[in-house]
Amino acid sequence: MIEDSTTVIPERVETEAPQKGFMGQNVPRKEDKRLVQGLGVFVDDVKRHGMGYVHFVRSPYAHAKIKSVDVARALELEGVYGTLTGDEVAIHTDPFFQISSPPGAHVKDYALAVGRARFVGDPVVAVVAATRELARDASELVEVEYEPLPVIVDARRALDDEAPILHEDAGSNMSWHGVYEWGDLEAAWAEADHIVRIDELHFHRFNSTPLECDGCLVEYNQGVGQWTIHTNNQFPGFAAIMMGPAMRVGLDKLRFVTQDIGGGFGNKITTHPQLVACCLLARKLKRPIQWTEWRTDFHLSMSHGNERWFHEIEVAVKADGTLLGFRCKQLDDAGAFLRYEPLGGVIWAQVAAGLYRWRNIRVDFTQVVTNKAPVSPNRGYSRMQQLWFTERLIDIVGHELGIDPVEIRKRNYIKTEEMPYETPNGCIYDSGDYARCLDIALDLVGYDRLEERRRDAESRGKLLGLGIGSTLDSGTNNFGQSQLINPDLQFSGNNEVATVKLDLFGEVVVTLGTTPQGQGHETTAAQVVADIIGCTPDDINVRPGHDSFWNSHAGFSGTYASQFAVTGLGAVKGASEILAGEMKKLAAVVLGVTPDEIELAEGQARMKENPEAALPFMALGAIINANNAGLPEDLDVTLNARYVYRPAFEVPDLERKFGNLTLTYATQIHACVLEVDRETGVYEIVDYAGVDDCGIRINPRIVDGQVHGATAQALGAATWETFAYDEEGNLLTPNFYDYHVPHAMDMPPLKNGYIESPSPFTPLGAKGMGEGGGAGIHAVCAAIQDALRPIGKPIVVDSHNPYQRVWELMQRPEATRERVRVESRS
Amino acid sequence: MREPAAHKVVKVEVNGTVYEREVDARRLLVHFIRDELDLTGTHIGCDTGNCGACTVLLDGHTVKSCMLLAVQADGASIETVESLAGEDGELHPLQQAFSARHALQCGYCTPGMLMSAKYLLDNNREPTEGEIRKAIQGNICRCTGYWNIFEAIDAAAKGEVSA
Repeated sequence: MIEDSTTVIPERVETEAPQKGFMGQNVPRKEDKRLVQGLGVFVDDVKRHGMGYVHFVRSPYAHAKIKSVDVARALELEGVYGTLTGDEVAIHTDPFFQISSPPGAHVKDYALAVGRARFVGDPVVAVVAATRELARDASELVEVEYEPLPVIVDARRALDDEAPILHEDAGSNMSWHGVYEWGDLEAAWAEADHIVRIDELHFHRFNSTPLECDGCLVEYNQGVGQWTIHTNNQFPGFAAIMMGPAMRVGLDKLRFVTQDIGGGFGNKITTHPQLVACCLLARKLKRPIQWTEWRTDFHLSMSHGNERWFHEIEVAVKADGTLLGFRCKQLDDAGAFLRYEPLGGVIWAQVAAGLYRWRNIRVDFTQVVTNKAPVSPNRGYSRMQQLWFTERLIDIVGHELGIDPVEIRKRNYIKTEEMPYETPNGCIYDSGDYARCLDIALDLVGYDRLEERRRDAESRGKLLGLGIGSTLDSGTNNFGQSQLINPDLQFSGNNEVATVKLDLFGEVVVTLGTTPQGQGHETTAAQVVADIIGCTPDDINVRPGHDSFWNSHAGFSGTYASQFAVTGLGAVKGASEILAGEMKKLAAVVLGVTPDEIELAEGQARMKENPEAALPFMALGAIINANNAGLPEDLDVTLNARYVYRPAFEVPDLERKFGNLTLTYATQIHACVLEVDRETGVYEIVDYAGVDDCGIRINPRIVDGQVHGATAQALGAATWETFAYDEEGNLLTPNFYDYHVPHAMDMPPLKNGYIESPSPFTPLGAKGMGEGGGAGIHAVCAAIQDALRPIGKPIVVDSHNPYQRVWELMQRPEATRERVRVESRS
Repeated sequence: MREPAAHKVVKVEVNGTVYEREVDARRLLVHFIRDELDLTGTHIGCDTGNCGACTVLLDGHTVKSCMLLAVQADGASIETVESLAGEDGELHPLQQAFSARHALQCGYCTPGMLMSAKYLLDNNREPTEGEIRKAIQGNICRCTGYWNIFEAIDAAAKGEVSA
């Protein structure tokens, strides 16, 4: 029996509406001046005297025993500084901590392959030399003897008796399994007028391919046993947790430094194995170690997005189109190692219900390992798969029951007056108005002329279709959800840090804990600080990047999972308010009044009643830092404020898998109109609109930029981008020739709209945003299905639809129709 | 048979300065620019010549500097992103427009994108949107979806560079 209790609803934050100031304005980005001049400092730009370049020798086999490794000939080459092998790694480090409960807990993962290679591209040996070219030459001289083993590529076969087992310690290829059930499925199925059954849907493997590949420059301070790791890892807090125990050192021995990062999108979270290899080499060879990943190596080995299969799907629907619930089996393909997994096995549950009011959900979730590159977070991580799935269900149900896609959505969307809305699994959707966003999107693509446009397209030999993609960008994780994966984990809640200080000459200096990759944190942080302490963003010096020795970070610091506007700016706001209070207190002492009589404006602390009586910031900074004789003994002012923002979360109910998993839910509703060529299956997007609602926008232009980028990535994934493997486990798309990302010529016209539904739970009414939930993928799938309706009603069953696949749908619509059945009670 | 030359002295002018260096015969031009001349504004995003982050002007024409050997640039005049701003630090109209129209996020593709755009505007004062798209089709951006880049180049062409 499911108890009738509810989640703890986060406390409403009483926030004054941001004053008319810099927040909410399109303040030009502070980052741009250096970046447009090529003066950013990206990881490959960091150089040190005597540094050695690393090249990784990688497995050419998807699965093989490593029988022997001989580096002798490589070491003989002039200019080669040294090597690192898997055997050495196994001596000097422990396997990385595993997030999973058993059986995944038993997977052993090291910085280099130990004894066995498990995917093409698995690093086996690291070679260091005086130049990049020499390191590559020397790698060719390393002799590795492999004994190829049978390969498992298709997740659907990974649990077969005859499937080769990747990690014998785990006993099988299953890494994690869990059953999620909420509501009363029996009652819902009894109440339903239709049960729509779908045999199989597939969400494909791709990632965001940031233009800058991974890298680091590692220095080892032998005297104190401490490493400085210049890197573009986007979640140093996570890297530290993985690396410290493996390297048998405390976290203060690992200093992470970043400045500019050339795109991340989640793909730069799991570089800890390579960072450990470089740390070991820096210590062994007593010189700085430089690693810049090659594009081909990134594609072969790094951070693919989770591929997911959906099986035995059933949807319970009432005659009027009301959706009662769904059940299914989900099979997630993690690739060869669990670098951030199996967190994907719970993260999807942040949006288990999508945007809909169904109350009865059962998901039987299994994750397996295969001989492919390890997966890791990718923009929209794990929620995108679930949102694609729920959008597919809506459109397939509508398609089969003859209900219009707009009508079925509006009937089933959670309504704005129901917000904050508790989902069947206890997540609290904070605010939003999905129906209104949809109306705006439809208006932008000229929905009222749709039938006319269909006829026009038909006259030109084209089939026109409209598709809607509705998504949520859930942000600010409650890390307590990790305990649903493994109850022994000691993670919960979330945090972020900012420090704001007033220096001796009156400079306002802000340090963040985050690791931005283009999101403009320096700018938006400056907007918040400026409004609170009474100056302009130009007066604020936000240190670029991250340095764990700044003492301005916490365990969850980083830039990932759509949260900066809440956690990062929440911390900035908190620190700025402390500083503002101290500035007033100090000015009050100097001017002989009470702090209430002081206001901060125009770069001064001054008397409200007599603005002539004013202390410029410089005077305040100088008094505290260098001219403090005679100040009252009890004056508690340092002008150096550190604040840790911590959202209110409870640990979820582990039995019921029930609780609030994220603090905010931004909305994206996209509408896509495309035309399919009847002869070839080639399709072209002729109209596209994205409507976004992320609450209060601190810098609307930065929000728009994120919306654009997420849309472009989704359109790329929908049509072109796929990490496809052959049966032997060879990646068929290991570079930008074969893995086509959208180019300037590929972009359709784009229209944008927005509404602002302030979050009642966040310091600034803002919501995390930027991932976008893959709305473009869902919209393209829906539009193709709509367009092909007149020629046999094929069903779109895959998230990836290159022209070839659309042509196949047109040739054999029955092949996909066979996967869908409707059982109706009359 | 003679061994192929392993090194060669190369004389190139980069952003107005003449450099004469002995380089590895196999050294890519982009690595020469970044690692030996320390001009790290020119970036590398792939190893197959697709991404365009390494785009520079060589004798006035766009080239992907990862697709040439340094020795092939012997005698050439090269312009990189570092040459765009004026001596007084004033940004080039394209740089101003990119910032004003939010045509960059992470900024990694930006130097190559700017050089391709410069080539376009040097040769076509009134480009159409189609011509703008074509001019940067060899430059991959993963952050912006290109829309704001089209706008920025159009704005620079029209002299509308302020925010």
